[in-house]
Formats: sequence, C-alpha cells, structure tokens
Amino acid sequence: MNEWLLIALMALVTYLPRALPLAFAGRVRLPAALERGLEFVPIAVLTAIIAQTALVRDGALDLSLHNHHAIAATVAFAVALLTRHLFLTIVAGLACFALLGMLA
Amino acid sequence: MHTPARLLWLGALETLPLVVAAFPFGIVFGAMANTLDLTLGVTLGMSAIVFAGSSQFIALTLMASAAILPVIVLTVFIVNLRQMLYSANLMHQAIGWPQWQRALLAFFLTDETFAVVSDRLNRHPGAPGLRWFYLGSALFMYGFWQLSTLLGYTLGSQIPGLADWGLDVAMVVAFVGIVVPALKRRADWACAAVALASAVITHGWPHQSGLLFSSLLAVATGMALSRSRADE
Repeated sequence: MNEWLLIALMALVTYLPRALPLAFAGRVRLPAALERGLEFVPIAVLTAIIAQTALVRDGALDLSLHNHHAIAATVAFAVALLTRHLFLTIVAGLACFALLGMLA
Repeated sequence: MHTPARLLWLGALETLPLVVAAFPFGIVFGAMANTLDLTLGVTLGMSAIVFAGSSQFIALTLMASAAILPVIVLTVFIVNLRQMLYSANLMHQAIGWPQWQRALLAFFLTDETFAVVSDRLNRHPGAPGLRWFYLGSALFMYGFWQLSTLLGYTLGSQIPGLADWGLDVAMVVAFVGIVVPALKRRADWACAAVALASAVITHGWPHQSGLLFSSLLAVATGMALSRSRADE
C-alpha cells in the first residue's frame, strides 16, 4: 500500500468534516430545529466520551470500586455541581485518582 | 479585555489536562507504527498532516489486519463525522471570520480543542478573541501530539506501561468540569443522561460508531425536549 497516498486520503476525509460546516457559516441557513439540536452537541459528545472512558474499562462496563476512573469522575461530578469551577473539578478528580492509586 | 497573547495562553492552559491525557496515546501510536514497520517519516507525517488520534489508531489497526485502502479511508471518514458536529456547532461563531481563518482553525478541530472552546463559550458568551483562545489550545495540542508521536516511535519500547498509568483520567475529569456547568435546562440533563446510557450500551460497536450513534441520539433527545417545552 502506498502510505503517503493513504495519509493524503485520510487527511482529506478528516479535514472535510471539520471544515465544511465552518466554511458555509453565514451562507446557508439551517432549519431552526437543527440549529436548536446543534446546541446540544458539546453535552452529547463529551458525555458519551466520558462514559466510554470512565465507565467502560478494558472493554467492559465496570461499576466496581476497582474502577478508579469512575470514582474520580463521580467526585469530579460532585465538585463541579457544587462549585461549577473547572480548575477545582480537575484538581479534585485527579487528587481522588492519585489517592485511590496509593491506597490500592 | 484580554490581549491576543493572553488568550493564546489561556487556551493552552485550559487544554493542559487534555494534553496530559492525550500524550500517552501519542506515545502508543508512535510505538505501534514502529512495530508495524512504518518509517519515521510516514509516522510523523500522519500525525502532522492528519492530526486525529482516533483516525490514526484505526488506520494502524486496519493496516495491521491488511485491510485495503478504500476500507481504511471510509472507516476514517465515518469516525470523523463526530468532528462535523463540532464544526456545525461552531458555525454561529464563525460568521464574521475570514475564510482562511476558518480553514486554518478547522484543521485543529479535535475533541480536546472543541471541549475547551465550548467551555469558553459557555462561561463567557460573546467574549471577543475566541479565535486566539482556540488557536492557543490548537497549537498546544498539535505540538504535543507531534512530540509524543516522535517519542513513541523512537523510545516507545523503553517507556513501557505509560498507557497503563491511567492518565486518560485527566481528560475524564476535565470533560466533567466542562459538561456539568453547561447543564442548565431539563433538556440538557436528559441529553447527558441519554448520552451516558447509550454510550455504555454501544461501547462494543466497531470503530467508535457507538460514540457517534449515542451523540446523535442524545442531540435528538435534547431537541425533542426543548421543542416540547417551547410548544407548551
């Protein structure tokens, strides 16, 4: 396989989805319903990534106390709800994860 | 008002935990490419020109299983439809931007940079200089992605286990800190709940298609609920 051809084609199919909507901003008018739906994109995608990274470990749903990622995420969730502060949330989550690692 | 330099710095700073989380993946990518006998040039070229972690891993995995080129390209395309949602979400912001700036910034539209840009929009709606903040995040991610690819390729076998340190927890807690303050309406909470449940259920789907499906389902949920309330 020609590796540089692969890279060029990969770059194309990676770049176009990133670029096309932005390129058409202000030129096309999206249906109001779609516009409203797009507001949910950050919540939808980031939550799905959180779920697949923190709750699924080694290819299986892991809700046990051995899943430090999930516990750290839960602590971060609580801190975020209480403070809405990004830095505090990250520090609390990481501290929890480090602590669990030392205890284990 | 913040200066451009300050905004570049802020964008990079907020991306720091996400860079920490992505770094081991870059190392693993570089090491894996080396194992597959790709040259250093091709490996670095892929990170520099494609710049998309998931796509790059999937390409290597498919190459290892001797998949033909059209299959790899099509799979990579499907994986990247998620980024199309990001781009569409940012359309409102881009209306006043010159095309060359849109074209440039779009190249750097990763999960990480989208996450911190969304957070900035949520906390400081309408604040000027979003492009500088975006660029700061983008260049920081880009630089470290190249560096981690290089380190993985050259030293990968000598830094074993970095991927097992669980540094991806930094991404998890940062994303939690970004999503939670955005949960304001009932529709937002429903959207998050559906995304969470669906992503867990579909985690085994091939090539992250579960992630795309769950995102679309969650967006549709939010849409349906925000419509029904507006209709009341």
